[in-house]
Amino acid sequence: MPPVIEVRNLHKRYDDKIAVDDVSLTVQAGEIFGILGPNGAGKTTTVECIEGLRVPDRGEIRVLGLDPLHDRAELTRRLGVQLQAGHLPDRLQVAEALELYSSFYPEPADWRALLDGLGLTDKAKTRYAKLSGGQKQRLSIALALIGSPKVAILDELTTGLDPQARRDTWDLIEGVRSRGVTIVLVTHFMEEAERLCDRLALIDAGRVVMVDTPTGLTERARIEQRIQFRPSRPMDDHLLTSLPDVSSVTRRGELVIVTGNDNALNAVTGVLARNQIVAERLRVEQASLEDAFVRLTGRRPEPGHR
Amino acid sequence: MSALRTAPPPVTAERSSATWRLIKAESTLCVRDKVGPLWGIGFPLILLIVLGSVSDLREPVADAGGLTYFDLYVPVLILFNLAILATASLPTTLAGYRENGVLRRMRTTPVGPARVLAAQLVANFVIAVVAMVLFIAVAGLGFGVGLPKHLPGFALAWLLAAAALLAIGLLITALAPGRGAATAIGTVLFFPMMFFAGLWVPISQMPPLLRNIAHYTPLGAGMGAFQDAYLGHFPSAVPLLTLAAYAVACAFVAVRWFRWE
Repeated sequence: MPPVIEVRNLHKRYDDKIAVDDVSLTVQAGEIFGILGPNGAGKTTTVECIEGLRVPDRGEIRVLGLDPLHDRAELTRRLGVQLQAGHLPDRLQVAEALELYSSFYPEPADWRALLDGLGLTDKAKTRYAKLSGGQKQRLSIALALIGSPKVAILDELTTGLDPQARRDTWDLIEGVRSRGVTIVLVTHFMEEAERLCDRLALIDAGRVVMVDTPTGLTERARIEQRIQFRPSRPMDDHLLTSLPDVSSVTRRGELVIVTGNDNALNAVTGVLARNQIVAERLRVEQASLEDAFVRLTGRRPEPGHR
Repeated sequence: MSALRTAPPPVTAERSSATWRLIKAESTLCVRDKVGPLWGIGFPLILLIVLGSVSDLREPVADAGGLTYFDLYVPVLILFNLAILATASLPTTLAGYRENGVLRRMRTTPVGPARVLAAQLVANFVIAVVAMVLFIAVAGLGFGVGLPKHLPGFALAWLLAAAALLAIGLLITALAPGRGAATAIGTVLFFPMMFFAGLWVPISQMPPLLRNIAHYTPLGAGMGAFQDAYLGHFPSAVPLLTLAAYAVACAFVAVRWFRWE
């Protein structure tokens, strides 16, 4: 099957700032593809070029075989878009907005069902300006899905949502995907990327650092495991430092802290068992996607989006 | 969801229904916005009724072909309505749409942002028609002011005036960087335009220099054309051409310079 979205060597510069330096990526049918990266990495510019809202300086883009600029009319019918700051007239009511937008598309989804699915039914008569941030966000998701798109690009899907609404939204997105819609998700929210995305492109400074599954990305960051325990009787550090899978052993009070590769835990528990030492208060810290993010971009994800 | 999908309607039906719904939505929004209905219809209507009750204004104005001060106020207030829509209602709304990303969001739909503009123009046009009919009816039924004696001439003059004013509204939208600036430009333009329509002093009572300027302002030209129609002549060429020139020039510049974001 040909890819749903194909971006090759995309380059976009604003005045003297290069927003996207060289981005290539391929999105397959039916997957949830995440675009992850720090602020200003070029994520939004990349998707805006895919949506045809911006004209790339260089590079080639195909969405469902269409050129976003030349085949604009056809693309808008098949592509659902949620903009980072997608707005509606202040005095337009929720139901009016959905009804209006559904009239724009040849095969609209049932807007009442969408309203219900996003928990906005009791806000149907509320004006846009009176909605909370989370409700506005949910409405913009509904508007992205109203045309029954084949592909949906969602920019900052759950920013501004409370944890419960965030989880509900994730369920909704998984439901949309299970109906065969390909989804591109721009995010810097690690938990969201880990939970939802089949594959991720990590973008930094306008370039794709790597594309992989969330697990693969974490593995490729080669972040060591951290094992922490209290030995049931005194022990010599040498028992552990001699293990090839272990890279360091430190002590904090009565705690022993071991770092090492993926096999370190097996090796450590094996040695302890052979020496009849029980590892009390054992804790193992796996590298998270966030650790991988920091390792691979050398940056912390911006605060407020964790 | 696919089970809930409606059957795809024919393309032409889809187009017209989207346009129609946009016009409906924009008209509803204009009414909720209150600037058009309140300042464009309510305020001039009250002014009309108040002025109609002042007997001193029933004196004929010198050099106005026998029309009284109050007779002249009817077309002035019709122009007042157009001026409010063009300088306050339309640019503030559209510049707000641009500032808030409404137009940008529309760019990602099959319908596109140009039709939002068109729908706003239609909505304001409808409000203007309602106001014009209402003012003439109230002036006629309540205060005995006759209809314009040359109706087709009046209709043509009104259409050209509406086109000129809406084009000016679009021009303000195109040139203003934001909603605040659009409101400011609109307000600054409103008062001189209304002055030259004769809101405070009838044009025929102005000093010659101001009178000459008035003839070439949009509302002064509109007033000249209306006055001709009220007196029973087809409006003369100069005011009609002046209005048409404003409409074409402003619309051209607005379209050239319009920014969607």
